[in-house]
Amino acid sequence: METLKHLLNLLSDPRISFPILMILFFFIFPPTAWFEKWNKRLHFDRLWTPVGGLVMHGLMLVALVAATLDPNFRLIVTKPDNVPIVILIFGSVYFLWLSMRQARDNDQRLEAGEKPDEYCDPKRRDILVWPDVLYIELIAMILCMAFIIIWSLYLQAPLEQPANPALAPNPAKAPWYFLALQEMLVYFDPWLAGVVFPTLIIVGLIALPYLDSDRAGSGFYSFSRRKLFISLFCFGWLLLWVYLIIVGTFLRGPNWNFFGPFEVWDAHKVVPMNNVNLSELIWIKLLHRPLPNSILLREAVGILGLLGYLFVLPPLLEKSALKRFAGQMGRMRYGLFMFLSLMGLLLPIKMILRWTLSLKYLVSIPGWFNI
Amino acid sequence: MGPEKKQKRNLADLIFKSVLWRSIFRTDIPTDKRGRMVTVLNNFFLHLHPVSIPRHAVKLKYTWLMGILATFLFFVLTITGILLMFYYRPTVQYAYNDVLDMAESTPLGVMREIHRWSAHLMVITVWLHMFRVFMTGSYKPPREFNWGVGVILLTLTMLLSFTGYLLPWDQLAIWAITVGSNMAAATPLVGREGPGSALLSIGDISLIGRTSDAKFMLLGDTRIAEGALLRFYVFHCVFFPFIIVMFMMVHFWRIRKDGGISGPA
Ligand code: HEM
Repeated sequence: METLKHLLNLLSDPRISFPILMILFFFIFPPTAWFEKWNKRLHFDRLWTPVGGLVMHGLMLVALVAATLDPNFRLIVTKPDNVPIVILIFGSVYFLWLSMRQARDNDQRLEAGEKPDEYCDPKRRDILVWPDVLYIELIAMILCMAFIIIWSLYLQAPLEQPANPALAPNPAKAPWYFLALQEMLVYFDPWLAGVVFPTLIIVGLIALPYLDSDRAGSGFYSFSRRKLFISLFCFGWLLLWVYLIIVGTFLRGPNWNFFGPFEVWDAHKVVPMNNVNLSELIWIKLLHRPLPNSILLREAVGILGLLGYLFVLPPLLEKSALKRFAGQMGRMRYGLFMFLSLMGLLLPIKMILRWTLSLKYLVSIPGWFNI
Repeated sequence: MGPEKKQKRNLADLIFKSVLWRSIFRTDIPTDKRGRMVTVLNNFFLHLHPVSIPRHAVKLKYTWLMGILATFLFFVLTITGILLMFYYRPTVQYAYNDVLDMAESTPLGVMREIHRWSAHLMVITVWLHMFRVFMTGSYKPPREFNWGVGVILLTLTMLLSFTGYLLPWDQLAIWAITVGSNMAAATPLVGREGPGSALLSIGDISLIGRTSDAKFMLLGDTRIAEGALLRFYVFHCVFFPFIIVMFMMVHFWRIRKDGGISGPA
């Protein structure tokens, strides 16, 4: 039992769980034909069958029950404001399954030369809003209200001690729906995690229909017709948003240190802080020289690397690996698509650099900004 | 038996055929197809819907009803929110105790619970609604603008939730808002701690300082105090609800104008 708990603590550490999930992710949601081949070979598409769904939900339920058997973890999960996250976890997996299942069905249908399930012969009559649709809506609203009333009767809204600006709780957490952003603060400074990234998320979402504007795949569930965009979107939604919310709420304790589900939140947990900047890695560790005095020279590798990553890599790919893709999209679209995707990928890249090289900042210009 | 039955029908007639009733509802409860179509067209609330909807779009597995439920939750929040406003004064002196009293000494003391849990649920519902719109490819032309309106609605939903979080004025509230508002100080150019804030200056006079940056504008103070509470209250109860209703009206109108719920060609 103790070894099992220990193992679960270890596995839930983002340093372990994130890379595993990230690699698995692209085989489960294959963005390209190569991944798709492996997806079929490994039978990952069976996740979207009824049995697959039962297994997924069963595992989540077992994990939840097992975790709440632990008195410490139960305290965290049943904190009133954390209860919605349990709904979010089950909801996001259930609806993922529901949509992927229909997508899988439709893909098989399309492959056999048939129309998608949503297709309806124009000769068949539409359904009148009065009374069918109105009944459906009415019943849905009543059930929803009943759910909320029962929830409200059983769970009191939290009210802690009166506000005291002098007494900071440890850890101080934002509301759960912002915890993915707060979790990003581990890897990026506030101007990026709190301002630039949220702005890019909003801009990126609004830009999405202009980037992926091929009308053909619209109005029905499908994966094969839109695999690149579904893969990227779900990567952002599931791994960079929902997953980070879970880590931020359930697994971050005092001083924002990581605590496994079976670990007690100890405010005195000692975590070595030996993160170093890229400049130090390069000049001191690699070249065995003191840091140069000129800031531009010192940070040259980071600055050039970032500029290259954002502005040289896309044109290079446009000429080589992504030639066909770029041709289909056109210049403007391709440029914006690459910029947004690369900015998004900056987060997992920085996470992995932090865990492997203890990297603190790629570029650090004190008094100005750090990246 | 006979005469009694007749009497009953007369009472119904008296009500449903009265001048007053007729002035409100022009049609009978419909029993035939034409009547059903006219009823939906003639009623202000029902006419948000078209008269008829394609078969696939009525199925639960297509829309998951998430948009409807988000709308419904917004109504629940509006109504319970108004009730809460009767009992709440947004000042540092009263706020906490008013909230404490809500559970103890007001009739129907679960209003605060209903308001809070509906708010959490609305955030989840809106996320899942976006997810379903994405997975059905419904953001593609001609719906690309409405998707953008949706993204604004999503942002507003989270801002509404966030501004409401401060109002109980307890430890949970001010420290959650502290984490959030510290981000404002880091805004590039206009935040005191953000990159480039030193650039905005006239000669030696810096334009962006403790009392003149984005965080100060948000809080009305250098820290979370009276000014912030009032600001968040006004944002939460007046400004954001007003804006979100405007965007919702555009959203609903555009669904119809874009050809109704999406479907395969
Ligand atoms: C307060 C938040 C929102 C409300 C109340 C709302 C309400 C609705 C409703 C009632 C529908 C009808 C179909 C359905 O129920 O699925 C709908 C459709 C739609 N919504 Fe929203 N919505 C909200 C947020 C969003 C967001 C965040 C997005 C996307 C980013 C979005 C994009 C769309 C689009 C593109 C449609 C048309 C879908 C189709 O034709 O299949 N909405 N919305």
